[in-house]
Formats: sequence, structure tokens, C-alpha cells
Amino acid sequence: MSTQSSTVINLGTAPQQPVRSKSLWEKALYRIRQDRLTMIALTILVVLTLLAIFAPTISSGIFGVNHYTVNARNTYQPIGTPGHVLGTDELGRDHMARLLYAGRVSLGIGFSAAVLSLAIGIILGMLTGYFGGWFDDFMIWFITTLNSIPGIPLLLIINALLSPSPVTLVFVLAILGWTGTMRLVRGETFALREREFVVAARALGASSLRIMFIHILPNIISLVIITLAISIGALILTESALSYLGFGISTSEAPSWGNMLSGGLELVRSTSSRHLVIFPGMMIATTVLCLYIIGDGLRDAFDPKLSD
Amino acid sequence: MTKFIIRRLLQAIPTLFGITILTYLILVAAPGDPVTILTFDPNQFNSRELVERVGARLGVNDPLPVQYLRWLLGDDWMRWDSDGDGLADGSFLIPLDADGDGEPEPPGERRGIIRGDFGTSFVYNRDPLELIGARLPATLELNVAVLVVGLTLGIPLGVYAAIKRGGWFDNSTRLFAVIGNAVPDFWMGFVMIIIFGAILGILPLGGRNDPIGFRDPYPPIWERWNYLVMPTLVSALGVIAGYSRYMRTSMLETINSDFVRTARAKGLTNTTVWFKHAFRNSMIPLATFLGPTLFSLLGGSVVIERIFSWPGVGLLLLEAVNNQDFPVVMASTFIFSTLTIFGYLMSDILYAIFDPRIRY
Repeated sequence: MSTQSSTVINLGTAPQQPVRSKSLWEKALYRIRQDRLTMIALTILVVLTLLAIFAPTISSGIFGVNHYTVNARNTYQPIGTPGHVLGTDELGRDHMARLLYAGRVSLGIGFSAAVLSLAIGIILGMLTGYFGGWFDDFMIWFITTLNSIPGIPLLLIINALLSPSPVTLVFVLAILGWTGTMRLVRGETFALREREFVVAARALGASSLRIMFIHILPNIISLVIITLAISIGALILTESALSYLGFGISTSEAPSWGNMLSGGLELVRSTSSRHLVIFPGMMIATTVLCLYIIGDGLRDAFDPKLSD
Repeated sequence: MTKFIIRRLLQAIPTLFGITILTYLILVAAPGDPVTILTFDPNQFNSRELVERVGARLGVNDPLPVQYLRWLLGDDWMRWDSDGDGLADGSFLIPLDADGDGEPEPPGERRGIIRGDFGTSFVYNRDPLELIGARLPATLELNVAVLVVGLTLGIPLGVYAAIKRGGWFDNSTRLFAVIGNAVPDFWMGFVMIIIFGAILGILPLGGRNDPIGFRDPYPPIWERWNYLVMPTLVSALGVIAGYSRYMRTSMLETINSDFVRTARAKGLTNTTVWFKHAFRNSMIPLATFLGPTLFSLLGGSVVIERIFSWPGVGLLLLEAVNNQDFPVVMASTFIFSTLTIFGYLMSDILYAIFDPRIRY
């Protein structure tokens, strides 16, 4: 490598424009757009979310039905009944309207519980990873203890004590669900704390809070997004399992896909009620499937080792 | 090695202690008042004083930490009777005469959960440990079957997917794993019951044994294997999905490591490299999942046991929660949790045995 030869080569050519390399986010966005499976899953999820958000408009505005009117002469109508697109349930309520409203509850619970548990997990994870010391030891002891009690039994017991409304259920799920995120975030923070840019920021006099939220948080946000997608799915499944065991949201409180499905399972022995099992089950499976595929796709998209 | 095991065992003690606190908090939060239930008599009206006196004798007025200690360690050392006249003559932490009637109370008789005294089941009027012990074989039977099926299918799937990375087989196992995780267990179970049990009629709908001609020691497993098929398949689906993914990742990591490249550079065939070098080394991380999987299946099989009416500990817990049978709830929570800790402990030890790179 002689300086002379490089000068010779550069002679007469225009000075090279510095090529701006793409940021992690741009690369990730690009990869996701290329990943057809993830894009399909994302589209379906957006449609399902919109259906849930506009549940009142769709059911009463377009189809002229609601999710609570009971009609004893009109029970177990099959799919395609005039006036009831997806038929009616055991009390003669419109099945489609109930599915739409249940989507609000199920997606809402999954989303809020996931966001809440992530928030707890991120804050505690960053604090323990950054400061270490006795607080770290205590938190590790605490989450080991909490994790040792199997999840479903613990939820059963707590729900039996509280008999929760949707809002309490969100809190219960969040309070029991943050430990995994905390472990992840703690590990990452631990590694990032010693990196040069953090040391530099500290040398410049940045406060601990500033380092945590301005310098470390952006570096773990991709991890957080992946966890968010997967834990929303897992929480929707947990809610449905709890409903099946009789400790979810009660049907009298609000319809959720979980309690509609488990309600339908009680009636499934008669052939006329099969649609009451098929649709809620499909809604849960589709939503969770989409969320898991998105989580998987995001993981690949953010993986720096898979650069192309 | 022995030192490492002892150190890990000692580390488990604070966790166990934490579990007892959490379990006790459940009892504290539980609705209902045992004193009212104990003193309730349909034939007569019980005065407030009586209820209060019985409560005081039972120790409901003691500070919470003392009550916790009594639950944990028993109360035979808190109030004792050294001359054998049935009345206590010495006490520690709690008053000798708790109800204030001027006479000392009878000595404490509880041994505390640490000595295996979980009280008496409200519903069955029996020792919770005895109830759990009676249900444990059923759960173990199911879980061992699930592990065997899950591992014999999950591991080869993962290995093959890793060898054929990016091919159609890899993609379809990935899709299968995601679908297997996304479908609710109980829905899958119900669909199977309808198809194989109700429509085709080739498998029993649920239970562990033919209820007609029931014999108390269960008949050997080969006489009732058909009861095991559906619960095992539904429960194993998650294990297959999980293990095939882990195995694939682990196998890919080993295939890309230096020693495998060296082996290939020396001219060994692909088959030898994959199965003699890569496969054996990629099994190491899996060993660590084994313990936790076995024990988490123990506690997590509530849903499966409910669908197939499998008479295991999960179903016992569900019944106990429904009946507010708190001694049983607490005993099973405590035992599940202890087993989970034990599972983690076992996996750490296995890891240290299998992987000589680990220093202990």
C-alpha cells in the first residue's frame, strides 16, 4: 500500500462522494418490506385491529345489529341467516357483532397488558443492569422466586381471589409477566454500560437517567418491539386459557374471544352450535399466528448478523 | 463438582424462602374467615365473644410475621407443655393465655409446612400431601409420555431443518412450530376429541382408564394406552414446536463453529460431521431445558388435564381453587414451585457435567 499508487489512481477523477450507509432502522424496514410472510401477517393484523376499533360502526351502522340484544326465539341460527351474517348464539345474540366487540376486549387486554409489562420490565431491567449492586441481587432473587411458581396455577389463584374485570386482568397479567423482559433488558444494559459511547457520555457529565433513557434505551428498542409482538400473542392465549378454566373475564362482563370460545365449547355437542366454536377459535389462532410471525420477522429484520 | 452442587443448593434456599412468603400472602388475601366457619353451628347462635375467643386461641390476633412463622415452622415450639397435663406452661412469641380466660391454652400441635404439615383439606378432610401423592402418578405418566414423544419428534425435526437450512423442509417446520404455538391447546384438544372420539370413535373421549370394571391399582399402561394418545399429542405439540426450534438454532451454531469446519477440512463426510461432531455438541444446551420442561409440564398441565379429564395434580389444583380449598391450593403451589426450582438446579448441574468448558 503505497501512497503514490493511490494518488495515481485518484488523479483526474472527481473526489468520491461519501456513501452514507443505511442505519439499522432503514435496513430493518427494507428487510421487512422484502419479507412477504411478515407483510401478509401485518396486513391481516391491521385489518383485525381496524375491525375491532370500528366494531360499533360496522355492526350497528352497516349490518344493523348489536352484541347484546337477546332473542329467545332466534337462538342457534346458522351462518348466513338474513340479518345475522354469522348466525346467532345460544341466547339469540348476533354472533358477528359479538366477535367484533370481543376483538376489542381480547386485543385490548393483550396490547395493554403487554405494554404495561414491557414498561415495568424495561425500567427495572435498565435500573438493575445499570446500577447493579444489592438492588440487582434483590431483583434477581425476586424474579427467580416469581418465576418458580408455575404461571397458570398462579393466575388461577389470583383470579379466584380477585374475580377480575378486564382492567384488573390487565394489571394481573402485567404484574406477573414482566420478568422475562426485565432479564433481557438487564442483560443488554449490562453489556451496553461498558461501551465507549456510554463511557464518553458519562465523561461528558451526563446524568445516569440521561444515559439510561437517551443512550441505552434506543439501543434496546428493537429488542423491545420484538418482545412486544410475541407477548401480545402469548397474553391473548393466556386470557383464552384462563377463560376456558373459568377464571377469565366473565361473559356477563364483556365478550372476549376466550370466553366466547369456551362458552361455545360447552355447547358443542349439538351440531347447530358448531359455528360458535369455529369463529372465536379462528380469531384467536389467526391473531396469535400473525403476531408470532411478525415477531419472528422482526427478529430477522433487526439481526445485524443477517446483513445482505 | 461437589462444591458447585453444594453452592447451587445453598443458592436455592433464599428462593424457597421467597416462595413460602408469596404462598403465605395468597392465604392472607384469601376471602372467607376460617374462625366463622369453625364456630358455625346451625343449631345455635354463637355469640361474638365465642367467635373472638376461638379466633384468639387459634392466633388470628398475633402479628402477621408470627402467624407466618407458625405456618412455616409450626407452633409446637411456640407454646409447649413440659409436664404433660394438657395445658401449656411455657410460650415464646405468642401469649400463654391467648383468649384471656385466665387459663393457659393447650400446647401447639402444628408442625409447619417445613415439616410437611400443610393442614387438612377443607373438602376431603385429608392431608393435602396425601391427595397430591395420589394424583401424582397420573401427571407423571402423562408428562413422561409427552417428553418422550416431544423429544423423539422435535430433535430430529430441528436437526434436519438445520441441515437443510432455507429449504422447504426448514420453512415448513418453522410454520408448523409457529402454528403449534398459536393455536389454543384446549381448542386443539376439543377438535381432536370431536374428530377421533365423537365422529370416528376410535379413541376414548377422556379419562385415564375405562370407568367400567375399574380396578384400584391402575391396570398396566399397555392395557389403557389409548387413553394416553390424545392428551399426549396435544400437549407434545408445544414441546415439539419448541424443541425443534431450539435444536435448529443450536445445530446451526455448532455447524458454523471452528471445530466443525476443521473436521470438514480434514475430509470427513457430511454425515460424520453432522452426526458425530455437530449433533452431539448441539445437544448440550438442550440438556438444560430438560429439567425445567419436565417440571413446568407438571404445573402447566392444568388445561390439558381439564380437557381430557385426566385425573392429575393439575386437575386437583383446579378443583381446589374452585372449592376454595386453601390447604390443598397452597400445598400444590408450594410443591410445584419447589419442583421448578429443583428443575433449574438439575439443568445447571447437567450443564456442568456435559460441558467441560463450564468452570465451577
